[in-house]
Amino acid sequence: MRAGLLLNMGLRSLARNKMRSFLTMLGIIIGVAAVIAMLAIGQGARTSMEASIASLGTNVIMVFPGAQSAGGVRMEAGASGRFTVEDVEAVRKEAPALRHITPIARTSAQIKAGGANWRSSVYGVYPEYLDIRQWEVTSGSVFSAAEERSGAKVCLLGRTVADSLFGAGSDPVGQSIRIQNLPFRVVGVLAPKGQSSFGQDQDDLVIAPFTTVARKLLATFNAQSLYASATSAEAIPEASAQIEEVLRRQQRVPEGESSPFMLRTQTEITQAATAMSTTLTLLLSSIAGISLLVGGIGIMNIMLVSVTERTREIGIRLALGARGNDILLQFLVEALVLSFVGGLIGIALGVGASALLASTQGWAVLVSPSSIALAFGFSAATGIFFGWYPARKAARLNPIEALRYE
Amino acid sequence: MAAPMLAVRGLTKNYRLGDIEFQALRGVDLDVAPGEFVAVGGPSGSGKSTLMNVLGCLDVPTTGSYHLDGESVERLTADHLALVRNRKLGFVFQSFNLLKRTSALENVELPLLYRKGVSNREARDRAMDALKAVGLADRWRSHPNQLSGGQQQRVAIARSMVNDPVVILADEPTGNLDTRTSLDIMEVFQGLNARGITIVLVTHEPDIMRFAGRHVVVRDGRIVKDAPNAPASARAQVAALAARGED
Repeated sequence: MRAGLLLNMGLRSLARNKMRSFLTMLGIIIGVAAVIAMLAIGQGARTSMEASIASLGTNVIMVFPGAQSAGGVRMEAGASGRFTVEDVEAVRKEAPALRHITPIARTSAQIKAGGANWRSSVYGVYPEYLDIRQWEVTSGSVFSAAEERSGAKVCLLGRTVADSLFGAGSDPVGQSIRIQNLPFRVVGVLAPKGQSSFGQDQDDLVIAPFTTVARKLLATFNAQSLYASATSAEAIPEASAQIEEVLRRQQRVPEGESSPFMLRTQTEITQAATAMSTTLTLLLSSIAGISLLVGGIGIMNIMLVSVTERTREIGIRLALGARGNDILLQFLVEALVLSFVGGLIGIALGVGASALLASTQGWAVLVSPSSIALAFGFSAATGIFFGWYPARKAARLNPIEALRYE
Repeated sequence: MAAPMLAVRGLTKNYRLGDIEFQALRGVDLDVAPGEFVAVGGPSGSGKSTLMNVLGCLDVPTTGSYHLDGESVERLTADHLALVRNRKLGFVFQSFNLLKRTSALENVELPLLYRKGVSNREARDRAMDALKAVGLADRWRSHPNQLSGGQQQRVAIARSMVNDPVVILADEPTGNLDTRTSLDIMEVFQGLNARGITIVLVTHEPDIMRFAGRHVVVRDGRIVKDAPNAPASARAQVAALAARGED
C-alpha cells in the first residue's frame, strides 16, 4: 500500500473518534510541551549562570582566609586582614603564571553626597582589579597606581550608587562624596553589570584604592582576600599552585599543615555551576520523560481498544488480500499520526509556555532547535514503540476468527 | 474437459477443541471446471463452511492437496495465501462484511489497494466498472448504512469481482435477505456466470441451489452427492414475481 494512502486512512480513522483521539494525544502533548519547557528553563538557567560566572572576570583565582578543611573553629572571613601587602608583592614577583593580583579590603559604609544618603559596599583594591573583572569605566577613569600607593581619597562609583546619589543616568565625575564622613572625589563611573545569578546587584558598590580603604576606613594594613587572574585558562591550576606555595612560605606555614587560606578558581566555580545546572536539567527532563511515557502508554491502550473494536475490519482486509504487514503498517501509522500530531501541538504549547514564562516571570528561558528536535524525536519514538505491540497483535489475527468476531 | 480451476484431492481438516480432536473434513475430492456455477449444500455442521475456508485459502488443510488455477496452495505461508486471495479469489459473505463509514466505491476498491502496480486512478475506474456491473453505479458515494441489504450485498459482489478472480466464493450470500432480494442477488450471480466467471456458492437453502448448474452436498465431512443440475432462471422468477405483484 502506498504511503499517502496509509496516511489518509490513519487520519480518517482518527477523525472518526475525534474526542478519543484528542484525549489520547493529550498525554503526548503534555509530555512534549513539558520536555520543551523544562529544557528551555534548564538551558536558560545555565546561560544566565554562565553569564554571571563570566562577569566575575577572566581566569580568576580568589584567595580567602580560612582553612580549606578547617576541622573545628573557622576564622570569620571579615574578622581581620590575613594577607599583608608584602604577601601580595611576593606573589606578584614569584608567580609567573599570574597576570594580575590585587588585595581586597572590603567594608560596608554610609555614603553621602549633598542631601542623598546610600549604604553600600566599599572595595579597596589595586587599579588592576578592574582588569581582572573585565570591568569598563563608562566615564572618567580608573585611579592610578601612584594614587593607590599614596592613599588618595578618590573613588569609582557603581551604576546603582551613582544613580542613587546623583539621580538616574547622571555623570558624577568630579563630584565629591563622603564615605563615613571622609571626603572622596569621584573619578569614574563603572559600566553596569546587572544582577548576579544569586540576585545580587553587582553595581551596588564603590571602588577605592586599597591603601585608602584599609588604612582610613578599616584602620589596618592587611587585606581580607586576594583576587588574581592567571595568564590563560590553562594556566589557572599552575597559577593557583604558585600562589599557594608563595603564601605558605610568606605566612610560614609548617610542612604538612593545611593552609590557613583557601583558593577558589573560576574553573571550579564553573564546574560546580555546570554540575548544578546539569542536575537541574536532568531532573526536569526526567519528569518530562515520565509524562511522555505515560502518554505513550495511553496511545498503546487506545490502540489495543481500537484493534479489538475493529477485529472484523481486520478480518475483511485479510480476506481481501491484505498481508500481516499491511495491517501492521495501518495501525502503526495510526499510532504515529497520534504521536506526531500530539508532538506538534506539544511543541507549539511548549514554546508558548516558555515564552510566557520568559515574559511574565522574567526567567531566562531558551528554546533551542535541538530541544524541539529531541521532543519530536521522542514523541515519534513513543508512537513507534507503543504502537508496535497493538499493531502486531492486529497483524497476527487469524482471518477466519476475525471475520466471525461480533 | 478443460483443466479444472479448483482441484481438491483427499482433503481432511482436523480441529482441536480442548482435548477433543474434531474432524471437520474427512477426505474430500472435488474438481471445479472454469465457468461452472457450483452450489455446495448440506446441513449445518456438515463441514461445508470448513471446505469453503480451505477453498478460499483462509485456512490450510490438515492433509490432502489443493490446486487453484494450476498452483498448489495447500502448504503456503500466511503472506502467500493473502497474495493468492488477492489475485485469484473473490469473497461474498452472508453478513456482507463491508467496511462501515466507507463509501461503496472505496469498499469495492479495497482489494486493488492491496495489489502492487495498480494506480489510484485505475483502482477507481475498475471499482466504478464493477459497481456498474451490479447496477449500483449511481450509489457509489453511499455508505453501507445508507444502503438496503440487497444493495449492500451487490456492493460486496462488485468487490468480489473487481480483481478479476478465477473464482468467486459465496458463503450463504442470501442468508440475511428476503426471498425477493435473494432472487435479485441470484440473478446477479447468474449474470456473472454467464460472462464466464466461475462461482462456488455455499447455501443450505434448496431454493437457492436451484439456480446453480451443479449440486454438491456435504454431510459429516464427506461429499455425499455431486450431480449436474438444470439451473432455473432467476431473471424469469424475478419477472414472474413482478407480474404477480402487478395483478
